[in-house]
Amino acid sequence: MTTTPRHRSARELENLEAVAGNGLLHRRAFLRGGAVLAGAMTGYTLAPSASAQQLADDPWSLAPGATVPDYGARSRFEKNVVRTLSNPKAEPRTQHARTPHHLLNGTFTPNGLHFVISHAGDPDIDPDKHRLVIHGLVKQPLVFTLDTLARYPMVSRMTFVECGGNSAPLFSKEPIQASVQALHGLVSCAEWTGVPLSTLLEETGIDPKAKWLIAEGADAPHLSRSVPLTKALDDAMIALYQNGERIMPGNGYPMRLLLPGWEGNMNIKWLRRIQLTDLPGMSFYEARTYAPILPGGKAYQFYFLQEVKSFITHPSPGLVLKGPGFYEISGVAYSGNGRISKVMVSADGGQSWAQAALQEPVHSKAFTRFRVPWRWDGGAAVLQSRAWDDAGSVQPTRAQIVAVRGETARIPPVTGFPSQHYNAITTWAIERSGEVKHVYA
Amino acid sequence: MYTRRLREFAVLLALALVSSAAFAQAPNLGKPINRAEIAAWDINILPDGAGLPPGSGTPAEGARIYAAKCSLCHGENGKGGPNAPLVGGGPIKDMESEKTIANFWPFATTIFDYIRRAMPWRQPRSLANEEVYALTAYILSLNHLIGENDTMNAQTLPKVRMPNRDGFIIRFPDKL
Repeated sequence: MTTTPRHRSARELENLEAVAGNGLLHRRAFLRGGAVLAGAMTGYTLAPSASAQQLADDPWSLAPGATVPDYGARSRFEKNVVRTLSNPKAEPRTQHARTPHHLLNGTFTPNGLHFVISHAGDPDIDPDKHRLVIHGLVKQPLVFTLDTLARYPMVSRMTFVECGGNSAPLFSKEPIQASVQALHGLVSCAEWTGVPLSTLLEETGIDPKAKWLIAEGADAPHLSRSVPLTKALDDAMIALYQNGERIMPGNGYPMRLLLPGWEGNMNIKWLRRIQLTDLPGMSFYEARTYAPILPGGKAYQFYFLQEVKSFITHPSPGLVLKGPGFYEISGVAYSGNGRISKVMVSADGGQSWAQAALQEPVHSKAFTRFRVPWRWDGGAAVLQSRAWDDAGSVQPTRAQIVAVRGETARIPPVTGFPSQHYNAITTWAIERSGEVKHVYA
Repeated sequence: MYTRRLREFAVLLALALVSSAAFAQAPNLGKPINRAEIAAWDINILPDGAGLPPGSGTPAEGARIYAAKCSLCHGENGKGGPNAPLVGGGPIKDMESEKTIANFWPFATTIFDYIRRAMPWRQPRSLANEEVYALTAYILSLNHLIGENDTMNAQTLPKVRMPNRDGFIIRFPDKL
């Protein structure tokens, strides 16, 4: 998409018509605004005038630069863009590494920043010794090496993977003050490339009695989850590549099960075995962990789906607005049901809404970046985003999800998981100081 | 019944479609493997007991193994330590209720399956099947879900009725 940059005066910008309360502008105002508004896209510092400083060559422009490395690393000025670790000393419990959404943009997550949950550390797998076995209710059990799988017809697709417990701190009765990384950092999006599982099941043949498969990893806990065969034959993949390179160790090297749109824990990493069965295994993680308790004491079983969700990454807690003026509100929306069809953004706590621009192409079951231009008048504002998918699902309000699922009576630790599968609206309050707070509205 | 048949039909239809598409291009590079060759990895236990190996164990045998290999993390007599307690648990009321084996787990087979695949945390797959049966019996006995002299084996374990067996609602029945 190309637009002709053209200068717009400050007065012209001020006169852009708001389409919703508290200064939300039309989603295409940026495209019409061109270069001047583009300056507001990347940061929260907008210089009053660009012509006030004397330009000069800096040292890096006056001498040759560094040796090009054989594997690139980001600028040393970006060293603060890191995952947060819940268990950095690898004590005998689960480790979580959360994606810094507030420091990223676009629609996919760099491999080194993709979220990771490892229940007993990342195994150090020799790819030449790794095997994938498919057995159970099949006509012919088969074993595959990485080399043989690499010869199969492959597909690539953009897909988010989200932990079923992502956003769990929002079940707290009071809003927990934390970054979008702490609240929503257990979801990431990548381009995954690999072999459709249906191709391999065609090769083994399927006993008509088979209704489920149990997938198992080669990690120390031999983590296992049961998957309905219908999903396996729909869009499941044995993923070998992540954003073009081999899967990262924390994300399942050398191969993982990819179940687009389904609970992260089911996307078995370090995949070594698939057994077709007539029953679900009722493994630890499906029988106990990912079975959220409802008010009254019953619990949901086989939640599987990651439902439609969105959250604003810019601005968000930790990013401080540097004075009134133009900013871009942007974030990510995604749904395990299909494509995002619409995202609405509010700056007045849900009283009025402006439709956000969606970054094309909009992929099914993948991050969709949404953007709305915003003219902050320096007063209090309350930002929300709400997403719709093409299956007709709409992101619930917090009141709606609490009515069905409940909330905590005490304030849990931000790293805790009082329940799972929270997909309601997130609200950020902008204070006059420019600071961003997590609130409920 | 009707919807189940419909679903079975949908699976068959999907298979038929996959077949016609895949026959043309499937490289058929998978290598046949037999049951004996898979045996060391063949560790899934189903809730009806399928997959349970020969052997047996009692709570008394389990208590000795527990003290040596489990109590460091899960505390004396399963009361909890750095890691989760394995005994007790109040009624499940809301999301803050602690899920325990006795108050939440729907099937006793999950205990065997999980111990055998994942425990002890630093040495998974180091326990013999007899030891896993004994530890399972010990934990069930501590929770008064079996008698203290009951033996657990491939026949008895799937018959243990867990208190919260009917405490679940399938979230998306149409996805199964």
